[in-house]
Amino acid sequence: MTVTSLAPAPSSARTTKYKVTGLRVLRSEWAKFWSLRSSWITLGVAVFLLVLFGAVAAYTYSPDAVATGGPPGPGGSGGDSDAVSLALTGVTFASLAIGVLGVLASAGEYTTGMIRSTLTAVPRRLPVLWSKAAVIGPIALVLTTIGALAAFQLGTPGLDGEKISLALSDDGVLRSLAGAGVYLALVAVFGVALGALIRSSAGAIAALVGVLLILPGLASLLPDSWYDTLSPYFPSNAGSAVYALHESSDALSPGVGLAVFAGWVALTLAGAAFRLVKTDA
Amino acid sequence: MIEARELTKRYGDKTVVDNLSFTVKPGEVTGFLGPNGAGKSTTMRMIVGLDSPTRGSVTVGGRSYAQHAAPLHEIGTLLEAKSVHPGRSAFNHLMALAYTHGIPRRRVDEVIELAGLSSVAGKRVGAFSLGMGQRLGIASALLGDPAIVMLDEPVNGLDPEGVLWVRNLLRSLADEGRAVMLSSHLMSETALIADHLVIIGRGRLLADTTVDDFTREAGGGGVKVATAEAMRLRSLLAGPDVTISSTSAEELLVSGRDTREIGAIAAQHGVALYELTPQAVSLETAFMELTRDVVEYQSAPADTERKAA
Repeated sequence: MTVTSLAPAPSSARTTKYKVTGLRVLRSEWAKFWSLRSSWITLGVAVFLLVLFGAVAAYTYSPDAVATGGPPGPGGSGGDSDAVSLALTGVTFASLAIGVLGVLASAGEYTTGMIRSTLTAVPRRLPVLWSKAAVIGPIALVLTTIGALAAFQLGTPGLDGEKISLALSDDGVLRSLAGAGVYLALVAVFGVALGALIRSSAGAIAALVGVLLILPGLASLLPDSWYDTLSPYFPSNAGSAVYALHESSDALSPGVGLAVFAGWVALTLAGAAFRLVKTDA
Repeated sequence: MIEARELTKRYGDKTVVDNLSFTVKPGEVTGFLGPNGAGKSTTMRMIVGLDSPTRGSVTVGGRSYAQHAAPLHEIGTLLEAKSVHPGRSAFNHLMALAYTHGIPRRRVDEVIELAGLSSVAGKRVGAFSLGMGQRLGIASALLGDPAIVMLDEPVNGLDPEGVLWVRNLLRSLADEGRAVMLSSHLMSETALIADHLVIIGRGRLLADTTVDDFTREAGGGGVKVATAEAMRLRSLLAGPDVTISSTSAEELLVSGRDTREIGAIAAQHGVALYELTPQAVSLETAFMELTRDVVEYQSAPADTERKAA
C-alpha cells in the first residue's frame, strides 16, 4: 500500500474552518443515535408495548371485573378505569424500554469505550450530555405521543357502547395522552442521566428499575403517615399524575406532578454533569 | 508540539506518572517507550484531557487540550484501549466524530481510503479484526488533519504489511512538519521509526535522547580480538579515541576501531588473529538494561530472588 500525501500539510499559520460548536455536537449525537441498531430496537419495543397493552386492555375490558389484569401501578388500579387509563396501560412497560434507551445512549459509551472518542472530540464534555438529552428527549416525546394516541384510537372500537367510552375530543383526553408522551420523554432523559452518573449499562438499568418500579413498593414499609405525605412525590407517582385523566385525592395535579418529576430528572442530570466534569473519563 | 511539565498522576497512594517532563517537537517522530505499566497510556490520556493530572501540566500546541476550538485539528489520537462502539459501522463512527467539528464527508472518505478500509467501511466495527480496528483508530486520528499525531501502540495486531504501512505513514507525517508521538514497549520496532526517544519506567523519566545517541551508546560494545601477539597489536591499534582493554594475555577488547580496520592493520603487520568479533549490544538489551529496575510486572527469575524496587 502506498502512502498518499495528507494534504493539506500544516503550515506555520494553520487556519481551519473546523470548530466544535453546540449545534455540531447535537448533530453528532443525532447521527450516533440513529446509527445504532439498538436504538431502533429499543425505541420500537417501547412504542410497540405502549400500543399493544393499550389496545388489548380496551378489548378485554369488562365492566363486571373488579380489577383489570393490567400491570401494577398506574392505569390498572382498582375498578375505576376510564378509557384513557386503559389506553395507557402500557406506559409502565414502555417507560422501562424508553429508560433503557436513554441508559444505552450514555452508559453504553462507557461500556464500549466510545466515550474516549467522544470526549477527545469534545473535551469540554458538558455539550455531550446536553446533546444526548436534547436528542433523545424529543425523539421519545414524538414517538411515544403518537404511540399513546394510536393506543387510544385502536382501543376505542373495543369500548364501543361501554359506559367508560371516551372520544379524543372529550375533556382532558388529549392532555392525558400527551402527558404520557411528556412523561416517557422525561424518563428517556432520566435514563441518559442515570447512565452518565453510573457509567455502566447494567448498573444504570438496575437503578432505573429500582427507582421506577421497586421504590414505590419499598416505601410502603414506611409508617403510614409518612407514606401518605411522601408517596405522591416519588418519581413514578409524580410521573403518573402527569397522564392521569382524573385527579385523585392522594396524587398530585398534572402540573405539579410534571414539575416534581422534571425536578427529579433535573437533579439526576445535574449529578451526571458534575461527575462528567469532575472525574476522569 | 506537546510539552509536559512535571506531570504527575496518583491513584490513591500509587503514583503512576511521576514528575514527568518532556517535549514532542514538530517534524520529528518521538518514540515513547517503557515497559508495561510504566505510565505511557496514562500520560497520553492526560495529554488529551481524559484524565486530569494530580500535579503539573501538559499543553498541546501551547494550550491545554480542552481550550482548543478544534481539538481534533490540533492532535489526532489513537488510544490503546478500544474507543469505538462495536455496533456502529466504521463510516458512521468517523462521521459521528466529524460532525462535532464540521469536518466534511469528503475528508471521512479520504481517511477511510488512506487507512485501507474502503471495503469494510459499512461493516459493524464489532466484526473487525484487531488489525482493522487499529486501522480505524489511525483513520480517526488523522480525521481532523492534525498538527500532532499521537498513537498508543499503533502496530499492535497489525500484519507485517500493516507495520510497514504505519512506519511509512508516520515518517511522511513527520516529514510534512507534523509532530508524531508513538508509544511502544518494543525498542527495536521504535528505533526503526523514531528520531527522538522518551523512555520512562514506573512513571519516571529514564532517558530523553535521540535514537542515534541511544544506538551509539548501546553499540559501544567494542570488538573482541584474540591473538598470540596481544602486546604488539595493542600498540599498533593505539590512536586517538581508541580504548583498549584486555581480559587475558591473548585477548583484547577494542573500542573506537571496527573489525575491518583492525583486520587490515593486523594483516599489514603480519599479526595472526584467532578471533575478531564485534561485541554488539542489541538495542533491546540496552533498553532492558535501562528499565530493568523499574519493570512493573517482572517475571520472577528462576533461581535468584526478586529484584527489590
